[in-house]
Amino acid sequence: MNNYDIEITDEILKEHNLNKEEYNNIIKILGRKPNIVELGVFSAMWSEHCSYKHSKPVLKKFPTKGKYVLQGPGENAGIIDTKLGIGIAFKIESHNHPSSVEPFQGAATGVGGILRDIFTMGARPVAILDSLRFGNIKTLKTQHLLHGVVSGIAFYGNCVGVPTVAGETVFEDSYQDNCLVNAMTIGIVNKNKIKKGIAKGAGNPIMYIGALTGRDGIHGASFASAELTEENQKRRSSVQVADPFMEKLLLEATLELIDKNLVIGIQDMGAAGLTSSSSEMAYRAGTGVEIDIDKVPKRELNMNAYEVLLSESQERMLLVCKKGNEKKVEKILRKWGLHAVKIGKVIKEQKFKIYENGKIVADIPIRALTDSSYKYFPLKKQKGIKPEYLKNININNDDIKVPDNIEEIFKKLISSPNISCKSNIWRQYDHMVQTNTFTLPGSDAAVINIKGKDLLLSTSVDGNGRYVYLDPFTGGMIAVAEAARNVSMSGAQPIAFTNCLNFGNPEDPEIFYQFQKAVEGMAYAAKKLNTPVISGNVSFYNESPQNAIYPTPVVGMVGYIKGKNKRYVKQYFKNEGDIIVLLGETKEEIGASEYLKEIHNMVKGPVPGIDMAKEKALQKTCIEGIKNGIIISAHDISKGGLAVALAECCLSGKLHNEKAIGAYIELQSDIRIDALLFGETQSRAIVTVKRENLLRLKRIASKNKIIATEIGKTGGDRLIINIDWAAKKYSKKLNLDLNEIEKLWMTGVNEYV
Amino acid sequence: MNKKLKFGIVVFPGSNCDADCLWALKDVLNQEAEFIWHESKNIKKYDCLVLPGGFSYGDYLRSGAIARFAKVMESISDFANKKNKFIIGICNGFQILLEAGLLPGAMLHNKNLKFICEYVNITVENTNTPFTNRCAKGQVLKIPIAHGEGNYYCDERTLNTLIAKDKIIFRYCDSNGMITDEANVNGSIYNIAGIMNTKGNILGMMPHPERAMIKELGSEDGRLIWQSIIDYIKKS
Amino acid sequence: MAKAKIYITFKDGVLEPQGKTVNAALVKMGYKNIKDVRIGKYIEMEIDGNNEKIKKEVDEICDKLLANPNIEKYDFEII
Repeated sequence: MNNYDIEITDEILKEHNLNKEEYNNIIKILGRKPNIVELGVFSAMWSEHCSYKHSKPVLKKFPTKGKYVLQGPGENAGIIDTKLGIGIAFKIESHNHPSSVEPFQGAATGVGGILRDIFTMGARPVAILDSLRFGNIKTLKTQHLLHGVVSGIAFYGNCVGVPTVAGETVFEDSYQDNCLVNAMTIGIVNKNKIKKGIAKGAGNPIMYIGALTGRDGIHGASFASAELTEENQKRRSSVQVADPFMEKLLLEATLELIDKNLVIGIQDMGAAGLTSSSSEMAYRAGTGVEIDIDKVPKRELNMNAYEVLLSESQERMLLVCKKGNEKKVEKILRKWGLHAVKIGKVIKEQKFKIYENGKIVADIPIRALTDSSYKYFPLKKQKGIKPEYLKNININNDDIKVPDNIEEIFKKLISSPNISCKSNIWRQYDHMVQTNTFTLPGSDAAVINIKGKDLLLSTSVDGNGRYVYLDPFTGGMIAVAEAARNVSMSGAQPIAFTNCLNFGNPEDPEIFYQFQKAVEGMAYAAKKLNTPVISGNVSFYNESPQNAIYPTPVVGMVGYIKGKNKRYVKQYFKNEGDIIVLLGETKEEIGASEYLKEIHNMVKGPVPGIDMAKEKALQKTCIEGIKNGIIISAHDISKGGLAVALAECCLSGKLHNEKAIGAYIELQSDIRIDALLFGETQSRAIVTVKRENLLRLKRIASKNKIIATEIGKTGGDRLIINIDWAAKKYSKKLNLDLNEIEKLWMTGVNEYV
Repeated sequence: MNKKLKFGIVVFPGSNCDADCLWALKDVLNQEAEFIWHESKNIKKYDCLVLPGGFSYGDYLRSGAIARFAKVMESISDFANKKNKFIIGICNGFQILLEAGLLPGAMLHNKNLKFICEYVNITVENTNTPFTNRCAKGQVLKIPIAHGEGNYYCDERTLNTLIAKDKIIFRYCDSNGMITDEANVNGSIYNIAGIMNTKGNILGMMPHPERAMIKELGSEDGRLIWQSIIDYIKKS
Repeated sequence: MAKAKIYITFKDGVLEPQGKTVNAALVKMGYKNIKDVRIGKYIEMEIDGNNEKIKKEVDEICDKLLANPNIEKYDFEII
């Protein structure tokens, strides 16, 4: 018999990441002192990971409604409508802390968790994307993390049979001790089969399905909300082991259960496991739950209620079905080699009631655990303070000498970790299974076919932590703008996005300022582009004793290409002799660029400016040009600027057994040569057209008030850029063999993977 | 003559290319195709069985090692011994056929120890088979691979037999059809990408023909393999 | 020169999917007496030095690289 009525000391409170005020509120809620089981439950549910206590007030700024939104934030995943009878469910989630401790298992279980969030909605997962951040690639630590994370994602996604179609990998020193692993999943659901995490109907059974419960990740949720210290690194049982085979069985079984209308509500047991899934399901339905710990299938001996409630064993789900349907549910699960066990029932009383050995061991009002408007809920009303470092962060362009050696700079940039090719990463992911991937990794966005519908999905995941660090508001805007731009480069109309907000400790007012401003910038851009937020995840406490990470919001955008002929393009040059057109204007902006960092070793602003109206117009121009069959290839200009973007247009076809195609470019400009070639001015793209369509493209561009400049022609096996620098009566040339560029492009990251 | 063939696609726990094979055969090539659950024994009615790719039982012990003991595998040798019955094992399906002893040899981890997903080129070594009669000898097919354990290995005697009896069907090559070490993406002995049994009715191959069915996916070369079987069975 | 034989397995209580899946398969094949299967890694290493030093070094190598103490445990013998 377990005795849970122990004295709650200050030390115990600290271990549970609860402060005195929160403890006193617990006493007020219960009208008595909590026992240790209840304290554990509060601790998990009131952790940032489950409660969003620091972020909720800020997140309200995101637009979350729109004509395509079927399900906004607050469910397992958001869903957008296609108006073709199906919905698209998607969400991004972080698994940063577990991946720092055990990169392989941490990343793998991260993929597992986000897959479950999608298929519990009734959606079949069709694509995975990942967004990764590491420290200095030259260090053994980073190489170890990179290797573990990439093989973990591959292990899981490949086994389950969901293609990993796109992603990004960024290296910055600020992530040295805190790597970021964000994974996104997209699924397709029949509109009349959408399921939610609700425990409806008093008396209905609560069924447990999937893997057994072990002492995995106990306090994982509170673990994910605490800074990584040496001691934390050694903490035992905080990392779970991934079982993708079990996941595949769960996926098929769950979709079959939903297809046969046997599910009232279903939810993944993610962070804070059984506790959060059951209480959230009850909260959404306005009911309560009664669970018998003795009935929960366990992997280990002598597990007590505290451990069972807080275990984060993977590949487990909670399901509520109609009373009387238990046998039917069990039958389907048995077919897939799984079991369903009734562990409790839905009750009318809005309470979280847990029994063990016939005795009640936890009795808590549901609202106290889940409702942020509840008066004792530990919502933090915080004010951000503008960080000191921002006061002196911008350089004057004149302080940087205009360089002479542009070929050398180009070579250094093309082989730098953030610009060089990442093919050895995505080659390890099965990106073709399900036979829908029309645009493979290595373009701005992946394009996924939806069989049987006049619809393609385009998707991209993007974020630039350095920009946000240097200018949180503008950086936030650019994160959304660039993800949308990537999607529009394929020809798709951006529809909605999900985001993963990776920040340091929000209790630090300067970090909180970064968070607030970044969200405001993102929200502003989202409104301007008409792309609401439908789901997301916040990951705080990404810091070590040395430093916090760059504030890193990551945006996962989804767009539609509709119509019978499903026109889409890729980023690389398609034919010899096509006309290359630069859309947009290049400004004298070198702040925050890869160029400034790699060549001048400076992380300084100003971040490139962005005018959302211009941005929208650029995207519109591309979408229209592609839809009309005028634009043959389109690539946005981002890291490394125009020169790097051109090289990517030349080379990336070769990644997929197609040809590399050279280019001859002539640039006339009055701006600094480094800004011209390597600056990261926003709202620009490189597109190609046939000569006879050039005028039509220019007409579309001018209608949208976008400047379209013919800058050259595709062909040959060299990248040649001639620059006429009118103001200084000066001309320069970059003239390189594509094979040489390719070799350099393959070094920065590929040789370490 | 326009009678559709009946393909049966075996679904093991963990198979994940089953739906792709169904799509390729049914939607693209307009044949009859359906799933066969791994516990089923009733497979007589099919003309051709497909053992699809994936991770049967998670590939947790060795690829294909557990799946070969599935119930459906008990009837598969009988099936193979009948006249005009064919089996294709793709990727994990190939691994299962090896584990079951229906094809000789075994799979090792790729030489770089990593999972590899990409388009590769393979040459057609023998066109006088039910699986390749639509191809020209030495023709280069562009078909993707996606595997971690596709490094085909067999002892020298087996290899010599395979060569002597012309049972090596596909070999990894470069885009010009040259058999090179560089093109040997996973390190397979003799660049082997696909082999056939002595009787000539069981094919195992690592590349995924069901993924190369329409030009939007990057290649249509996979059709040649399926179409060869369809033609062959219709003629016989 | 001595030989170190190192055995690495998941810690008790940590889920071990490989063993679990093989276990289920064996039972299904009729080996009903199988109660638990655990799969791990076996590593052989040849190493120079005196016995005490070897033990210390192997222990360190296991802790630092070969095993992840978050989920794995190890055991070794020197012969």
